Amino acid sequence: MQRYLFTRVIQSGLLMLGVLVITFFMVRLTGDPARTMVPRDASPERVEQMRVAMGFDDPLIIQFARYVGGAVRGDFGQSLHYRAPSMRLVLERVPATIQLTLAALGFALLFSVPLGIIGGSRPGTIWDTLARGFGLLGQTVPNFWLALMLIVVFSVELRWFPTFGRSGFASVVLPAVALGFFPLGQFTRLIRSAVLEVRSEDYIRTAYSKGIEEWQVLSRHIFRNVSITLVSILGVQFGYMLGGSIYIESIFAWPGIGRMINEAVQARDFPLVQAIAVFSAGFVVVLNLLTDIAYALIDPRIRYED
Amino acid sequence: MTGDTVLQVRNLAVEFDSIDGTVHAVNNVSFDLKRGQTLGVVGESGSGKSVSMMSLLRLIAEPPGKITSGSAVFLPRNGEPVDLLQLPKRWLARIRGDRIGFVFQDPMSSLNPLMTVGEQIAESVRKHTELQGSVCRDRAVELLEHVGIPGAAERYNNYPHQFSGGMRQRVMIAIAIACNPDIIIADEPTTALDVTVQAEIVDRMQKLTKELSISVIWISHDLGVVAGIADVLMVMYGGSVVERGEISRVYSHPRHPYTIGLLGALPKLGAAQKRLVNIGGSPPSLFSPPRQCAFAARCPWVFDRCKAERPPLFFATGSHSEDPSAHGHVTACFYDLEKDRRRDPDETGIDVTAFEVGQQG
Ligand SMILES: Nc1ncnc2c1ncn2[C@@H]1O[C@H](COP(=O)(O)OP(=O)(O)OP(=O)(O)O)[C@@H](O)[C@H]1O
Ligand SMILES: [Mg+2]
Repeated sequence: MQRYLFTRVIQSGLLMLGVLVITFFMVRLTGDPARTMVPRDASPERVEQMRVAMGFDDPLIIQFARYVGGAVRGDFGQSLHYRAPSMRLVLERVPATIQLTLAALGFALLFSVPLGIIGGSRPGTIWDTLARGFGLLGQTVPNFWLALMLIVVFSVELRWFPTFGRSGFASVVLPAVALGFFPLGQFTRLIRSAVLEVRSEDYIRTAYSKGIEEWQVLSRHIFRNVSITLVSILGVQFGYMLGGSIYIESIFAWPGIGRMINEAVQARDFPLVQAIAVFSAGFVVVLNLLTDIAYALIDPRIRYED
Repeated sequence: MTGDTVLQVRNLAVEFDSIDGTVHAVNNVSFDLKRGQTLGVVGESGSGKSVSMMSLLRLIAEPPGKITSGSAVFLPRNGEPVDLLQLPKRWLARIRGDRIGFVFQDPMSSLNPLMTVGEQIAESVRKHTELQGSVCRDRAVELLEHVGIPGAAERYNNYPHQFSGGMRQRVMIAIAIACNPDIIIADEPTTALDVTVQAEIVDRMQKLTKELSISVIWISHDLGVVAGIADVLMVMYGGSVVERGEISRVYSHPRHPYTIGLLGALPKLGAAQKRLVNIGGSPPSLFSPPRQCAFAARCPWVFDRCKAERPPLFFATGSHSEDPSAHGHVTACFYDLEKDRRRDPDETGIDVTAFEVGQQG
């Protein structure tokens, strides 16, 4: 277990270093970073001014050392647009995004777990058809279209929920449903097929041969093994949603990281883009680490491996 | 005689629906099992050994499987006789693991990898007895000791992957005997194990079941193993019982062409671990309903009747036999190998509904 965790932590550290290298060169790919940070019609003087202000005239190695040194302290420089420390701006937006992501995942789990389990343990029945229907629907309906439909029906017509903004519980419902619909479909499909697979394992037959009742076989034997699959897709989806909510956050004017990416890119606010990229990557790395720990907690074969 | 019979299976038939058609996996299987007796079931792969025994407790997948006919009367030590095939699922769950235990072929995959072995034993004890909490745990530890696992108390908390194949099979045996059952159905319990471990598991099973006078249905590919432990041998072919009788009798006087083929393929003692060698021809198709002898296509004694009718069970030896082990020796063959001639068309088969092993018509 210790060794397992230790290697995962080392891997995570290396991954973060890679992220820093990529975000550093990302800004410099076009050759002249100063040019990319000013409006297209800016005067040569303005470009030169930017070059000096950002330290782009120093040797690359010094720039990189400065970048990494700052990153370690959480300093990604001033946002050009907001004129405030970039990382602080990002961190201010984090709670809104996490709230939305958790709500969306909660929504997805609420429906996909029962649907997937019923579908997988009763293949061929009407429940299974329903589960497969949702699985397909979730993965084919584009979320921006769903978002607009939800707004039209539930905000404009029925007036049950606000059309945009972040103000109390009601405001999170529509964006969470729009964002959670894809994972709902995906989870349902994956849980269904995991249940189908685990159900035919020899140890499930052993459980039945001991006289264990069906619902206990389901909860004690099948679900525990299915939860390994569940944990892995949860980890991936959580990370994915941080980036995937650009549309949804923009449509609902949700003050989270997704919307901020949109703004930062449009404003050519590279320090802010860098801060967001590094933060999101770090978040995903931490999530992966948590996923690995969860694996170890569920699966003794990993916990006792060495 | 009925007093010490624990299981009476009559005319069991099982089918599977598949995209290619209906598979007639088990046809008209009948047998008796006596208390404390070990019934060896042999036959080539696909002959219906597992399906017939698993379907007794409805452990086959339904659908696609379906038990289309038959009865399986179970006479527990203390309790009323019941027809297992008529019981509702809830009742069946009280018999599974309590009165009838199971040991499966592959100990690597038969235990839940996420649960401690102790917990997997205790789960069964908790389900079928009044024992709770630490008493239940103590009982599980005791069972682990009983099947010969050293350091049982510490081993309780181990997971299956921390055990070797032989040790896991012992855990399976502990689960099977946990509630002191009337019957254990062992489906090739040693096939997946190393040769040295096989002998150990066979001994252990034999010792425990004799000690607790548990009846055993031992399914095997290995005629060598079966010869050492079974009292009665049942040979299956194409989903049917083709020969059955006291084991020494069947070995010395095989009376079905398929059994003769099998025994011809029996490796010499000492090399007894070899699997059955296939005899000439290919296994029968199970797609068509059984209207002829399944072995007809491979049989050296075949004649026209074998392709027109399905042979019922006949007594292998006439009622004149002096040898008591010949009693109850039956074969499903129209050719009387005892007398080396075709049976008379008016010689009737045995009425299995009224028949018990050891009884002579
Ligand atoms: N789930 C299933 N669906 C379709 N056919 C099945 C199914 N399970 C078993 N069968 C068929 O039933 C027949 C008997 O199978 P069974 O497992 O009883 O054979 P066996 O004698 O135990 O063979 P082995 O020695 O290989 O274990 C086979 O022809 C098999 O194809
Ligand atoms: Mg089998």
